[in-house]
Amino acid sequence: MPSAITAVGSQGAILSRAWRDAFVKLDPRKLTGNPVILATEVVAALATVSSVAAVVGGQNPWFAIQIALWLWATVLFANFAESVAEGRGKAAADSLRAARVDTKAKLIIDPQTGSVVPTSAYKLAVGDVVLVEAGDMIPADGEIIEGLASVNEAAITGESAPVIRESGGDRSAVTGGTTVVSDWIKVRVTAAQGSSFLDRMIAMVEGADRRKTPNEIALAVLLAGLTLVFLIVVVTLVGLGQYSGVKLDPMVLGALFVTLIPTTIGGLLSAVGIAGMDRLLKHNVLATSGRAVEAAGDIDTLLLDKTGTITFGNRMAVEVIPAPGVPEQAALRAALMASLADETPEGRSIVALARDNGLDAETPKGAVAIPFSAQTRASGLDADGTHWRKGAVDAIYRSLGLEAAQAPAELNAAVDRIARAGGTPLACSENGRLVGVIHLKDVVKPGVKERFADLRRMGVKTVMITGDNPVTAASIASEAGVDDFLAEATPEDKLVMIRTEQAKGRLVAMCGDGANDAPALAQADVGVAMQTGTQAAREAGNMVDLDSDPTKLIEIVEVGKQMLITRGALTTFSIANDVAKYFAIIPAMFVTSLPALGAINIMGLHSPHSAILSAVIFNALVIVALIPLALRGVRYRAIGAARLLSRNLLLYGLGGVIAPFIGIKIIDVIVSLIGLA
Amino acid sequence: MTWQGWAEIAFVIGLTLALSWPLGIYIANVWRGKVRWLSALERVFYGASGVDGSKGQGWLVYAIGLLAVDAAGFFLLYGILRLQDHLPLNPQGFGPLSPHLAFNTAISFVTNTNWQSYGGEQTMSHLSQMAGLTVQNFVSAGVGMAAAAALARAFAANRGDTIGNVWSDIVRNVIYVLAPMSIVVALVLVALGVPQTLAAHADAVTLEGAKQTIALGPVASQEAIKMLGTNGGGFFNANSAHPFENPTPFTNLIEMVAMNVIGFACVIAFGIVAGARKAAMALFGAMAILLSGAAASIYVAESQPTPAVHAVGASQTANMEGKEVRFGTAATAVFAAMTTGASCGAVNGMHESFTPLGGGVAMFMIQLGEMLPGGVGSGLYGIVVMAILAVFVAGLMVGRTPEYLGKKIEAREVKFAVLAVLVLPVVLLGFSAVALVLPIALQGQLSTGVHGLSEILYAYTSAVGNNGSAFAGLTANSWWWNTTLGIAMALGRFAYVVPVLAIAGAVAAKPKLAPTAGTLPVDNGLFVALLVGIILILGGLQYFPALALGPIVEHFQMLAAVAR
Repeated sequence: MPSAITAVGSQGAILSRAWRDAFVKLDPRKLTGNPVILATEVVAALATVSSVAAVVGGQNPWFAIQIALWLWATVLFANFAESVAEGRGKAAADSLRAARVDTKAKLIIDPQTGSVVPTSAYKLAVGDVVLVEAGDMIPADGEIIEGLASVNEAAITGESAPVIRESGGDRSAVTGGTTVVSDWIKVRVTAAQGSSFLDRMIAMVEGADRRKTPNEIALAVLLAGLTLVFLIVVVTLVGLGQYSGVKLDPMVLGALFVTLIPTTIGGLLSAVGIAGMDRLLKHNVLATSGRAVEAAGDIDTLLLDKTGTITFGNRMAVEVIPAPGVPEQAALRAALMASLADETPEGRSIVALARDNGLDAETPKGAVAIPFSAQTRASGLDADGTHWRKGAVDAIYRSLGLEAAQAPAELNAAVDRIARAGGTPLACSENGRLVGVIHLKDVVKPGVKERFADLRRMGVKTVMITGDNPVTAASIASEAGVDDFLAEATPEDKLVMIRTEQAKGRLVAMCGDGANDAPALAQADVGVAMQTGTQAAREAGNMVDLDSDPTKLIEIVEVGKQMLITRGALTTFSIANDVAKYFAIIPAMFVTSLPALGAINIMGLHSPHSAILSAVIFNALVIVALIPLALRGVRYRAIGAARLLSRNLLLYGLGGVIAPFIGIKIIDVIVSLIGLA
Repeated sequence: MTWQGWAEIAFVIGLTLALSWPLGIYIANVWRGKVRWLSALERVFYGASGVDGSKGQGWLVYAIGLLAVDAAGFFLLYGILRLQDHLPLNPQGFGPLSPHLAFNTAISFVTNTNWQSYGGEQTMSHLSQMAGLTVQNFVSAGVGMAAAAALARAFAANRGDTIGNVWSDIVRNVIYVLAPMSIVVALVLVALGVPQTLAAHADAVTLEGAKQTIALGPVASQEAIKMLGTNGGGFFNANSAHPFENPTPFTNLIEMVAMNVIGFACVIAFGIVAGARKAAMALFGAMAILLSGAAASIYVAESQPTPAVHAVGASQTANMEGKEVRFGTAATAVFAAMTTGASCGAVNGMHESFTPLGGGVAMFMIQLGEMLPGGVGSGLYGIVVMAILAVFVAGLMVGRTPEYLGKKIEAREVKFAVLAVLVLPVVLLGFSAVALVLPIALQGQLSTGVHGLSEILYAYTSAVGNNGSAFAGLTANSWWWNTTLGIAMALGRFAYVVPVLAIAGAVAAKPKLAPTAGTLPVDNGLFVALLVGIILILGGLQYFPALALGPIVEHFQMLAAVAR
């Protein structure tokens, strides 16, 4: 489905813009939040000065110039990673801004007469009431106080089919920038210009007020600590080296420092966070903050509404139990005929069931449809002198003049069984003769059981929320494989349940759309509001699902986890890389004065200069090589924490130790072959 | 190397681990206030000092109390050392210590380091040894255990605002654990021939007819707490290599077990009190693996004849330089691993005379942070800090905000953990780099060249790691060395324990979360491997360049010298 915020900008445009931004971000003031890259830039600047000094002083500056260039490249690559991550969001924001053109609103100045005055949308205040008619753009976020209209919300959701918005109920919120296609509505403005949903959405996708998430802050502290440790290690080498009679080139010390500090994760950290938000956008979910995305990864308990999430929401026929003495096909045919004129989802599902069993029928000419009525609680079809009826069991029995006790015992048993399993039994008659019972049930969506099993392996408990009675709820819960359920749930029950779970130290996610969901959405750690929902719900949640699809919660949890995994993997990789860099640079630094240390040049690197240059080049290139991983995220697998850890430790920990040995060696061979050092 | 040697190493470590088990259960009961058989004595302490030992304290109050105890101990000890010539029990009539030596010694004993810039039998009066040094041997060990107990409670708490009471923690650890065990060990040592007397010395006439003065004193009592409290400060300058401190292989065994058993027991106790026995076993396992690895490495290194000796055709089966023949290579190697792994600092052989790699491993053990098993209490909180860092980095890889023992590890915990682990490299490398280029510092050196670098590096490593052992070639009783080593010891202790208590406060205040299938498991073999890996890689990354210029280059030079 094309969405306004996903189908924007070509890859090429994003990349060229990112390169431009990478240079803009060289401004040290923009790097204050990133101590690792800032430190790299300082060293790059010092190396540049040193290269210039070498040129002026008449020494061979070739080595110094190369080191300086690669250090600058390291900073640029890190900036580039962030810019690429931001690119899609910026492009999406541009296309959203296009929707925010100034419109003339019809401000109602007199509620009695309904007289309107054309007013600039920018001048509307909260509480103003405007009239919006077919073809008008809705000038601001608001609540419909009167009327019903179909609204095209493609500007926000990317979905071109119009949706119905009406006063009262849970479909009363409208968004500025969307267009009324038919009819008219009166809207009370609820958000001032600048703080409208569209404005917030632009800010969110653009990452304008992106703040570091709690986990990012903790990681930044660790990275700053590591940077400080390596600063000490390198600075103290001056004293240690002087004692040992080793003359240390400041350029080499700078190179050692940069290769040791965690530039890989330091350079990619913010890109990982932005890409996480972006992956949510691709799922058409808007998060108000990175904090919410991160919390999604930590979710322990997922509250899911039954209808629409776990089941299709419509009862469907799954079997027809024939009365004693009635052939199975005959009973099925009677059910089919009784439902031919029934356009409700239940009726259509009976027709579909019959078709699946090889029966089909056209509505006979001259047939008379008998619609459902509250009095008869049955519907059916009369044609060619035959009457087919189906309806509530007691209603059909009554129409046939049967007491329940007089009905065949087999049928009564079937009725009981269906009710106990949470289904709905319908009786079916043909010409005043009871032919069978239709089993209607809430059908669980295919695949949800597997997804809940995945969630269980992730350590996430699923709780089904339903208004059904406990018997029905229990039956569907066991069929869908949820861990727990809340039957006959009121919004207050939801709120209480969230609080109890939180009191046990669990993080809870839920989604909702109604105004009465707002308190629970606000209480939940991750509250996903449906775009079709009320303004109150959208304000209370910390995410908005533009597709209004409650199953999204599962994807949201996965995106949150993926973001944390990617950070952990890159950090582990970054630290593990240092082992090889020591084996490249330490012998190179000391071997001239202490030849015995040549023994630890286990990679057999060509020369001291080529070893150091290769380590610096590897360090810079690895950032570029990992940009796709940072943006795409490490794949999440629902295989449980223990197996996930061993897998990722092997890949990024052990792999992180081994990869640079190979990488640096290859670069060294190339560097020495083409005579760079 | 012989199979007997390997068996001896395995036996010593195995016996220590086995004994730490029941002891850990007992210590857990002490920490939880269940042990009360000396409650009358406890009340005497509280009554005399006028403190309330039952009130829970927040981390800051706890930390201030802990620092106050140490500050008081420092000034008291400094006073005794400066005035020992005016005080009783000074049969040899020793004069006062110089200000810088008294400063260094007072810090040294208060911080559980027991670095000795002096020769005990030639400097200290009996009063200084018993009322000064030995008291601090108990108190400093009690302080370490108190902090460990507080940390254990913090992990058990659910949104708690207190971490225990510092007064009762120190008093209870001393009177229920350290003092009774010391009495038992001291009596056993006396039975095995270690002297315990207030006489100054014995006079002997040698076979040649010369008169020899043999220093004596209350050796056994100080020996017991020296090992049990991982203090390491010997009565004699030669420490546990001296025949009066450590006369037989059997006393040697007792001293080794005593040196590590409380350290390991604290981990068991932590597991019980924090309600995380299996997770504590993982910490225990990581400690045991690294300790065994170090003992094995040193044994391998020391069992080779040095190439130079070999090259001149001398018969030598192992590097016996600086080792006692009555202990041999294996017992010296495992002693060296246990003393450097435990922040103890007692020695039964001269680390200075080890092969470069053997001495290098001993030095690296201290640099890993004194947590294998570390000083009493301090080793436990050291490895918990490492576990927090390991959980933080690797825990992200399971896709959740990392948790350790049901507590989320967030910015505050990471900040204090990073602060704590920064102390070691900053102080160690910083002071070493300055000392190596400062003429006034280099005056104390015995060796020049590569080995001289190792001496200086080892001195600061030992000080900041609160170990107290030395590459004895360095003459450290000078203004520069006494002062800087004193500062290093103080920072190594206090700049570590305060962040640890801050972590305890932060952790206690958090809700205790129940583990789910998505929680990083911290009680299996994988976590042990991860923890061992993190400890080795972080340690290696910090000290590889320095070690390359010391023991590593010395090793290759040793090989190269013969090849030439």
